[in-house]
Amino acid sequence: MSIEQGDRALPQAAGGAVAVRPRLDWPDEPRLAQRNPVSAWLRFFASEIRLVFGRPRNLALLGVLGFVPVFFGVVFRLTISSVDGGGGPPFLNQLAGNGVFLALVVLTVMLTVLLLPLSAAVVSGDAIAGEAALGTLRGLLTVPAGRTRLLAVKYAAIVVFSLAACLLVAAMSLVMGLILFHVGQVTLLSGTTVSLGAGVLRVLAVAVFAAAAMASLSAIGLAASTLTQHPVGAIAGVLIVTVASEICDQVPQLSAIHAYLPTHYWLSWDGLFRSPTDWSGVEHGLVSFAVYAVIFGSIAWAKLTSADVSS
Amino acid sequence: MSLSAQLAGAIHASTETDAGFAVTSSGLSKRFGGGQLAVDQIDLAVPAGSVYGFLGPNGSGKTTTIRMLLGLIRPTAGSHAMLGLPMPGRQADALPLVGSLVEGPAFYPHLSGRANLTRLDAADATADAATARRRIDAALARVGLLGAADKRYKAYSLGMKQRLGIATSLLRPRQLVILDEPTNGLDPQGTREVRALIRQIAADGTTVFVSSHLLAEVEQVCTHVGVMRAGRLVYQGSLAQLRGQAGLLVRTPKPELAAQVLAELGLAGIRQGDGADQEVTAELGAMLPEVICERLVLAGVPVAGLETPRRSLEDEFVELTGEGFDVD
Ligand SMILES: Nc1ncnc2c1ncn2[C@@H]1O[C@H](COP(=O)(O)OP(=O)(O)OP(=O)(O)O)[C@@H](O)[C@H]1O
Ligand SMILES: [Mg+2]
Repeated sequence: MSIEQGDRALPQAAGGAVAVRPRLDWPDEPRLAQRNPVSAWLRFFASEIRLVFGRPRNLALLGVLGFVPVFFGVVFRLTISSVDGGGGPPFLNQLAGNGVFLALVVLTVMLTVLLLPLSAAVVSGDAIAGEAALGTLRGLLTVPAGRTRLLAVKYAAIVVFSLAACLLVAAMSLVMGLILFHVGQVTLLSGTTVSLGAGVLRVLAVAVFAAAAMASLSAIGLAASTLTQHPVGAIAGVLIVTVASEICDQVPQLSAIHAYLPTHYWLSWDGLFRSPTDWSGVEHGLVSFAVYAVIFGSIAWAKLTSADVSS
Repeated sequence: MSLSAQLAGAIHASTETDAGFAVTSSGLSKRFGGGQLAVDQIDLAVPAGSVYGFLGPNGSGKTTTIRMLLGLIRPTAGSHAMLGLPMPGRQADALPLVGSLVEGPAFYPHLSGRANLTRLDAADATADAATARRRIDAALARVGLLGAADKRYKAYSLGMKQRLGIATSLLRPRQLVILDEPTNGLDPQGTREVRALIRQIAADGTTVFVSSHLLAEVEQVCTHVGVMRAGRLVYQGSLAQLRGQAGLLVRTPKPELAAQVLAELGLAGIRQGDGADQEVTAELGAMLPEVICERLVLAGVPVAGLETPRRSLEDEFVELTGEGFDVD
């Protein structure tokens, strides 16, 4: 076991420098060089998805999100017959006429009362800070997972979680609407009527739009997550940003900056319920979401790829 | 200390041309944000195939050094290479060949031991998914955790957690395994098993770099040691060299004459015992005791006794790292 033993020395290349060559006496190593990067990405992504969707806390979040439409459905069913609309969130008036609108009411409420933003904040704020707090971040980096690769996989999984959350809310709302209210052809805001199928498709489009909004908020959460080792701090930061943005959006004196606020376009999908469809709100929203995702994604990348990991 | 410094220098000087080092560093330093110099210009030279004990008291900079080696934190000065590849530039090529356990095990508490290893293997872009199951079971078996593989991590005992941490470094064949205090929290039986495991890893031809604050813990398995004290590498060399610095003790009624002869022989560190105990001590160096004895007798020194006491490694270590209990 001494240094002199030549057989223990590293393999040497002709030039005398150390050649890092996998040992060939291990059955799996000869294939090392030909490993497919795409399948490696998919494997890591699948593992991240399992981790995000396997966390007891995240499952509890999804459980709450799935229950809220049931709750609202029952409440509206009981109150609408007596109060008959009047005020309340948009689309509430249409609810008695068509259960499909339950999904729109519930999505609107859940975006404004922070339920969907909360789930996005929890999953994104936890992404890096949670790994740092557990100490698993150093394990992943020494594997090596690669810092950029880790961040990309994390963000992809967060986007999938946001999409799953919004689609779950929409689907549960549609089911409850079907059970509790009259369902039939959908009368749009512009007065025209489309088939039930077309109405449901528009509702799903709204859910995807809401998921895009949550994905952009998640980019802010991911950036916050690289700046701290305390996941709760990152989560709180995202919620503070959300609330502050929503308040600013209500202050008329700040109208000059309204269009630049991260939450400004969250509800700008009502054009989808007009005929002909008015895409301008959706388009502005998607551009705003993309800009936020790029800016905060870059911050997260710059921070994580240069940070000392000493947790 | 000058001798060890020389040795370290000699070893390091050869790294530029010699490829037989698993880890080399030059002037590697880390100053933390608070201004504290945690690691101060260390020149590591870890021979390929060695079991390198990285020793030092609490807070001497072992973990900080290991973090720098693995690219987790950036050195504030100096450079290093692993397996001949400059870090951090070539870390994507080097790290898959390096297994590591840094500052204790850290895993997802709600996942089983096996699921935790599967997660880490999935993060490795160069690992083969087709063989994952077999490799993971083999790693679990090597650390004796196969029986508890499907238990949740949070239900593991401290020793089981430590074993799982070691298992992550064995998921693939490695050229270098870096273990930061792998025996932390283990019972004496577990400590013995870790030592056996280190021997076994080394027997496969893998270089093992193992940190510890207890010399006794790694002494039996190490071929080389590096000793840290307050951020500096105060000794580096083979264990035999550390152990080999034997002394010479001559008992004689004529200590002055004996000292004179020893001086003529070129021995260093000659000291005459004071007064009653008629002893002369010196450093033996490369001199053979029988030659010294012959010269003494020829010079007319009545030799009542001659010994070559070897200082215990423990003494050596304590001298290098200081006696104090307080962290410096
Ligand atoms: N993230 C950090 N920020 C500031 N100082 C740090 C940080 N990490 C370590 N230090 C300091 O650097 C010095 C060396 O710490 P290190 O953890 O490397 O010691 P160690 O040799 O591993 O000790 P131990 O045997 O206790 O594990 C300590 O004085 C410690 O306080
Ligand atoms: Mg330490």
